[in-house]
Amino acid sequence: MLEIEGLSFGFPAHMVGRDLSFSLAAGEVMCVLGPNGGGKTTLFRTLLGLLPARGGSVRLEGRRLEQLARAEIARRIGYVPQAHAGYFAFTVRQMVLMGRTAHLGSFAAPGRRDHRVAEEVLDSLGISHLTNKVFTEISGGERQLTLIARALAQEPALLVMDEPTASLDFGNQVRVLDRIRALAGRGIAVLFASHDPDHAFLCAQRALLLAEGRMLETGPPSEVIRPDTLERMYHVSVRVMPAGEGLHTCLPVLTRR
Amino acid sequence: MTTSRLPIYLLAAAALVALTVLAFSLGRYPVSAGELARLALAKLAGVPAGLPPNVESVVLEIRGPRILAALLVGASLAAAGTAYQGMFHNPLVSPDILGVSTGAALGAVLAIFLSLNVFMIQALAFAGGLGAVALVYSIGSRLRGHDPLLSLVLTGVVIGTLIGAGIALMKYLADPYDQLPAITFWLLGSLASVAPKDLEVAAPLALLGLAPMLLLRWRVNLLALPDDEARALGVDTRRLRMVVVAAATLVTAASVAISGIIGWIGLLVPHAARLIVGPDFGRLLPLAMLIGAAFLLVVDTLCRTIAPIEVPPGVLTALIGTPFFLWLFAVSRRSW
Repeated sequence: MLEIEGLSFGFPAHMVGRDLSFSLAAGEVMCVLGPNGGGKTTLFRTLLGLLPARGGSVRLEGRRLEQLARAEIARRIGYVPQAHAGYFAFTVRQMVLMGRTAHLGSFAAPGRRDHRVAEEVLDSLGISHLTNKVFTEISGGERQLTLIARALAQEPALLVMDEPTASLDFGNQVRVLDRIRALAGRGIAVLFASHDPDHAFLCAQRALLLAEGRMLETGPPSEVIRPDTLERMYHVSVRVMPAGEGLHTCLPVLTRR
Repeated sequence: MTTSRLPIYLLAAAALVALTVLAFSLGRYPVSAGELARLALAKLAGVPAGLPPNVESVVLEIRGPRILAALLVGASLAAAGTAYQGMFHNPLVSPDILGVSTGAALGAVLAIFLSLNVFMIQALAFAGGLGAVALVYSIGSRLRGHDPLLSLVLTGVVIGTLIGAGIALMKYLADPYDQLPAITFWLLGSLASVAPKDLEVAAPLALLGLAPMLLLRWRVNLLALPDDEARALGVDTRRLRMVVVAAATLVTAASVAISGIIGWIGLLVPHAARLIVGPDFGRLLPLAMLIGAAFLLVVDTLCRTIAPIEVPPGVLTALIGTPFFLWLFAVSRRSW
């Protein structure tokens, strides 16, 4: 459903990444790994059409991204930004209803059907109890789940999540990863960025390793996440160890003094 | 929380009606509620009311336009403030702080200086207001690396000062017997000299600006989100922001052109309304307009009754506004 070919991305005066090719099918989860400043966020902004591609092509359900209007993109791709508190004090319900905007006419406000979608989405994420809470007053984990709910209210085929686990405690990280897997089970394609290679092992079928704007490797996490690739990305030594049931985990090696 | 908010609006509307009746009866020449009712019924039926002619002229010719202007200007400034605050993700902005009012003032003063008619005063006020907000926003958002809220507010203050210099120059050059009193009176802000003709020009313009705000009420909410998020949710933020800025500026200019500069309403009233119904623009806008209309009506009625001479309304709004603003600063923690 998402096909990227020879994509270059960045800004006119500063190219961030080039020559990226990969595709994503319905129900597939791909984890993008890479160091800070490696181009993850710029890549996502390009895929969402927020930045124009500087070369190559992005195709969404067979159509070139630049031929789609903003609302058409929004009905296909849901975007989950990193949660922050700089908003007005909207309720969780209002935040989630904003996800319905691309389905509404310019002069329309959300109707009964939109309220029902919002309720279903909150229910499916297990956060119905937050519905009438104020977004700026709930915890970081709850905020992140609300933003996921808002993206799901767009009824997208693809979910793009920019470090959905950043600044969450361990329990909330696990909960978010759980949801990602459940969403894929419903046929939604998920592209998410993370700073923890273990997240790729836990819930992604494929990992994309991005360093200095170039694709290092892409493939099943157990094949591409290796001590040598991690060292090339992060410049630290890491051990990758089997953790049973086909899983792996990464453990950094600290410099000896 | 999900209970209907209808009672709040009904209460506000009822209070506004009561205050309007009170405003009609108060003044140097008191008119009783009974006389008002008789006059209203007679006018509706199209028959003579049989009241002394000076009662009729006080109510219809002196207080009528002035009260209508207070309602219109109060509602307009509150609506504009509500739109600016949502749009610039920023609860501290208002037509005054963004330089819209002073920009509109410069335009209007220029029109008075050039002895232009009421319509041209409106047009230049609109152009001045729009120019000022465009300048403030484009400079303020380019000052990266600072707190965006602070840069916007400070840019507004600085540009406002520059525009103030322009206004001072106009005053210096204006004819001291003919134009200067008009300019000064008008910069001070007042509803005392509003004529029915002013209302005929300003009211349609204000409604023209309010219409897109009401129609776009849901989408305006998304302008309160970070830009990338709003766009990813399917909104062409650039275009929407331009439409709403133009609408809010038109509304501000329409009111500035008939009442002069009356500060604080665009800042205070949206806050008060937001405390009651929350930030959803579709709920906020009607309540802010009701409160704004009531607030300016009360202020203006006090202006013409508390002292033997007219008190400029800006003095009273500042007396109420300053402590409110400081209180807001003291209690706010980025949650509005």
